[in-house]
Amino acid sequence: MTPLLSVRDIRKTYGAHIGCTDVSFDLFPGEVMGIVGESGSGKSTLLNCLAGHIAADSGQVIFDTRAEGPQDTLTMSEPARRMLGRTDWAFVHQHARDGLRMGVSAGGNVGERLMAVGARNYGDIRHQAIDWLGRVEIAEDRIDDRPTTFSGGMQQRLQIARNLVTGPRLVFMDEPTGGLDVSVQARLLDLLRSLVRDLGLSAIIVTHDLAVVRLLADRLMVMKSGHVVETGLTDQVLDDPQHAYTQLLVSSILQV
Amino acid sequence: MSDYNFAYLDEQTKRMIRRAILKGLAIPGYQVPFASREMPMPYGWGTGGVQVTAATLVPDDCLKVIDQGADDTTNAVSIRKFFENTASVGTTTQTAEASVIQTRHRIPEEALREDQILVYQVPIPEPLRFLEPRETETRKMHALEEYGLMHVKLYEDIARHGHIATSYAYPVKIEDRYVMDPSPIPKFDNPKMEMAAIQLFGAGREQRIYALPPYTKVVSLDFDDHPFEASKAPHPCALCGATGSYLDEVITDDAGGRMFVCSDTDYCETRRAQGHVGATQTEEAA
Repeated sequence: MTPLLSVRDIRKTYGAHIGCTDVSFDLFPGEVMGIVGESGSGKSTLLNCLAGHIAADSGQVIFDTRAEGPQDTLTMSEPARRMLGRTDWAFVHQHARDGLRMGVSAGGNVGERLMAVGARNYGDIRHQAIDWLGRVEIAEDRIDDRPTTFSGGMQQRLQIARNLVTGPRLVFMDEPTGGLDVSVQARLLDLLRSLVRDLGLSAIIVTHDLAVVRLLADRLMVMKSGHVVETGLTDQVLDDPQHAYTQLLVSSILQV
Repeated sequence: MSDYNFAYLDEQTKRMIRRAILKGLAIPGYQVPFASREMPMPYGWGTGGVQVTAATLVPDDCLKVIDQGADDTTNAVSIRKFFENTASVGTTTQTAEASVIQTRHRIPEEALREDQILVYQVPIPEPLRFLEPRETETRKMHALEEYGLMHVKLYEDIARHGHIATSYAYPVKIEDRYVMDPSPIPKFDNPKMEMAAIQLFGAGREQRIYALPPYTKVVSLDFDDHPFEASKAPHPCALCGATGSYLDEVITDDAGGRMFVCSDTDYCETRRAQGHVGATQTEEAA
């Protein structure tokens, strides 16, 4: 089986400071991988390198494209990479404001990716936008409202709808539940889990919340100071942590 | 007036502007940066158009300046005087006689010829500006031909108003490549842009020049189920009776009285001289 995403020796430094280094893994279709670690451990740097938002210093990110098979996305042309970014890939930002156009209605936000890949029929775009708002539990009558009038949880769900509308195969998520209150988090996680399972998506989820990965991720990668210190199946890593840092991480969860 | 160079700008500046114009003509619709000069008029009054006109004029040119279609508004009068003083070129109000026409917000009704140049004054040359504020990003979008965002604006129009409510500065695609802001001309004028004359666009504050060679393909953006429509007020001109020209609405009293007249004053006057009359004249005669 060909991995959907194959990462080899990714390294990114900021001057003398290491962002992340020696990261290698394979992600198979339908698989969800979690990346956990404390603030500053290089999780977001790694995710941004993989998604092409920042340029890695060395390494390979090989993505199994629909048309041409496995391609190194770090060396492919910028137009091709940006095309991937709005078709086969999706990126869910921690702050919905970074991923949404706040001055454009909810329907326009969802429709933008469709129009970016050539949809030119207003009725169809509108219909798909309504369909996707429904799937993320946003009422149809809010379609012409701007995201500024939405609550934080709704904005985050809108961002997810906007990203998934073009049927991506790989979703990058940067702390999708960060900044939301606990009950909204739970609802969002539930929604994410059913979307990921129903659509057979592959996903890479960066978070510092172990509950999120326990619920969503098949596999887990623990990072510290830019290095991967432990990898394995989620339950295995969380139930029987081997590395001292992972043990610390697991033991610092508050038991209510 | 010997202290002033012909047409105000010095020759090196004109040369720089001509290079930008040539580059613009070679890549239709592409915004060429140029070192815009301070002009003796405020930004927003046509500093870009004036610089392009100054670089284009030769001593035997005949210049026409229009503002919203009219030859007798402040902006048009002052720019025409400016070039009468600094370039001593002949000026006219008749479209057919002019070799260079500087315009703000309109294309003349009369079809232009191959030996004419139409210069537009452009306030904001970037059609994506109000959707994407970052210049670095809009340049990249032009370079990579990522124009989905332009349709988001039209989508918003339909969602809010039920039809494409953008009625001026309506975005166009040039030769299937660059999306361009046609300057704030009414969308009624968009189909006229596929014309015989050379069209030059100058934005002074934003320091951009772009251009269309004669007979360039210009397509107004739209949706399959909401096609582009070149709209105008559904009336004939009250003065000359023209039915196919773009009209201005003129409020005549405080009791709801109004009349619609051609915005192109030269076109209207020419027609009246030929004996055409509109509703107002027939009433007066009766």
